[in-house]
Amino acid sequence: MYKYDEYDQQMVDTRVAEFRDQVRRRLAGDLTEEQFRPLRLQNGLYLQLHAYMLRVAVPYGTLNSAQMKVLGDIADKYDRGYGHFTTRQNIQYNWIKLEDTPDILADLAKVEMHAIQTSGNCIRNISSDQFAGAAADELIDPRPYAELLRQWSSFHPEFLTLPRKFKIAVIASDTDRAAMRLHDIGIKMVKNANPENGGGEIGAQFYAGGGMGRTPMIGPMIREFVPLDQLITYSEACLRVYNRYGRRDNKYKARIKILVHELGRDEYVRQVEEEFRHLLTQGIEPPLAELERIKPYFADPAFETSLSDDLDLSDPDFRLWVERNTHAHKQSGYVIATVSLKPVGGIPGDASADQIRLMAQLAKDYSFDELRVTHAQNIVFPHVKKADLYTLWQKLDDAALSTANLDTVGDIIACPGLDYCSLANARSIPVAQKISQRFGSPEKQAEIGELKLKISGCINACGHHHAGHIGILGVDRKGVENYQLLLGGSEGADTSLGKITGPGFDEDGIVDAVEKATQVYLSKKQDGERFLDTYRRIGMDPFKEAIYG
Amino acid sequence: MVDVQFRFRDDEAVNDSAVTVGAFTEQTNATAVRIEPGDDARDLIPFLERLRLIEVNFPAWTDGRGYSSARVLREAGFTGEIRAVGDVVIDMLSHLKRCGFDAFAPDKPLNPVDAQNAFDRWDNVYQATADGRRPIWALRHTA
Repeated sequence: MYKYDEYDQQMVDTRVAEFRDQVRRRLAGDLTEEQFRPLRLQNGLYLQLHAYMLRVAVPYGTLNSAQMKVLGDIADKYDRGYGHFTTRQNIQYNWIKLEDTPDILADLAKVEMHAIQTSGNCIRNISSDQFAGAAADELIDPRPYAELLRQWSSFHPEFLTLPRKFKIAVIASDTDRAAMRLHDIGIKMVKNANPENGGGEIGAQFYAGGGMGRTPMIGPMIREFVPLDQLITYSEACLRVYNRYGRRDNKYKARIKILVHELGRDEYVRQVEEEFRHLLTQGIEPPLAELERIKPYFADPAFETSLSDDLDLSDPDFRLWVERNTHAHKQSGYVIATVSLKPVGGIPGDASADQIRLMAQLAKDYSFDELRVTHAQNIVFPHVKKADLYTLWQKLDDAALSTANLDTVGDIIACPGLDYCSLANARSIPVAQKISQRFGSPEKQAEIGELKLKISGCINACGHHHAGHIGILGVDRKGVENYQLLLGGSEGADTSLGKITGPGFDEDGIVDAVEKATQVYLSKKQDGERFLDTYRRIGMDPFKEAIYG
Repeated sequence: MVDVQFRFRDDEAVNDSAVTVGAFTEQTNATAVRIEPGDDARDLIPFLERLRLIEVNFPAWTDGRGYSSARVLREAGFTGEIRAVGDVVIDMLSHLKRCGFDAFAPDKPLNPVDAQNAFDRWDNVYQATADGRRPIWALRHTA
């Protein structure tokens, strides 16, 4: 994985010094809270209901064991012994003291980590496929391109006070595991399909104007192919048009999706192309040698060849976990293993300091020192030798980390909700816990199969409810928490947005409604259909009848 | 008029009073103009030869359109003064300078020590912009 050189380290150290100075000015009263707010946000520091929350960047979701260990240590030293992995592949700490934050950032900088631009109206941490470099189905590893974009977007002087936040995802496989088209800019690395331009070389396909929030939209493609030696220039053109013309009169209409929607895709594309032609003359593109410098950091680890693909599945619990929580690896004899941070009745995405440190050690012992954070709030060991898998599973099992529910109804994405968040209208965590308990038995989960359930505690949609096969949106209805049910969303290659079934429910009512929806699926499903497939085939009506009838 | 607190130019100070973009494009003799966030800096490109000063107003520092305006002007070859005016705060200074601003006239004068620290903050930079600094990628691949 990427290693900082002296320049990268200097940039992060400088940021720590800058932020230390900003905190000093705040504590001395030179900055009001109103003035300080945008500054702290660009360092990932939020003021929540009960305390400050610090969001630490995990660029493209990739971590080494030393970094993971520090994340565990920070949870102990500065928080209450746990951390929360987020839908942006980051980690956040919910009980932080303002005066501690410069020291936390300094601890992070020692292991090449930071909280730069994890919040605020700027280009956020770049996300990617959590199986990058390991997946059997990827064209190439997308992370070198994400790293190139990370450096370009860090402290970009023109784009630090955009109309609104800006999220970029980079993928390189047809199976979209990063919800690419629900990003402000989605980039898919592809082979050039046009033989007139040579054909066959690698480049980037751009999508723009996707997003969730109150106005969910699926981003249209804006350019089929951007050559690698124009990647930064084209990105800069996209951002400049947005910075100049994105709406600033209403923060709920300020995301790029509204600009693309109001201008129309074609007009946005026309403006970007004009800006792009101009910027191509400005010499702002790093040389291809820079990509070539970055790429070897993401080279395959030293896989052993001619290993056996056999697995002893005689332990039924292990078998269930292998079936649910592992994926095919590009190298024979290896497998991708995902740790579910969704134990029955638990808080989605939370891990204790001890669990975080244990995963760090296990990655060192069994996964070439590497871990990934997924946007579904789980942790991946990307390169596990099949011969080691049972031992790894036993060690996870001893630490309550062996829940076998990946992509099932128990693997819920939930935002922090009203338990922590000052924006929320309703609690998300208790609903997630109740649903996870209702569907707690492995038999029930196995019977229902793949079912992605996502919960947001307000219309900002941090819990991705629009993109859930089943989505739940918490709203405030005359001072009472009320939960709406959505069906039919998806975030994969077949991205779609869920539709609301009808009137909302109270906390127990929504759990019943989810159960009724799954019963409709089980009674109507045809061979091999997932919940989403059945919904798409039979439509909303049968579900409505069962839920409201 | 607010005083210029920081200026990174050797030429004589420009004291011409700036007119709005609308007024400027209608009259022929003004040598200073003020861009508001909603103005298109590209409208000025035909007139850059006779402009000595372009003020870019930041009614609120969190509205970042002015950064693009300055870069657009520098990329079009403008070599006169680009002055940041309005709600200009310490933490913007180095970024404004990177985008081509070379004079700063904040509504509220800034603490000079903090401001100097802010200007000097970044020994290196990741991007090629209007200030001509060699970005890190260029330093890495020096021939």
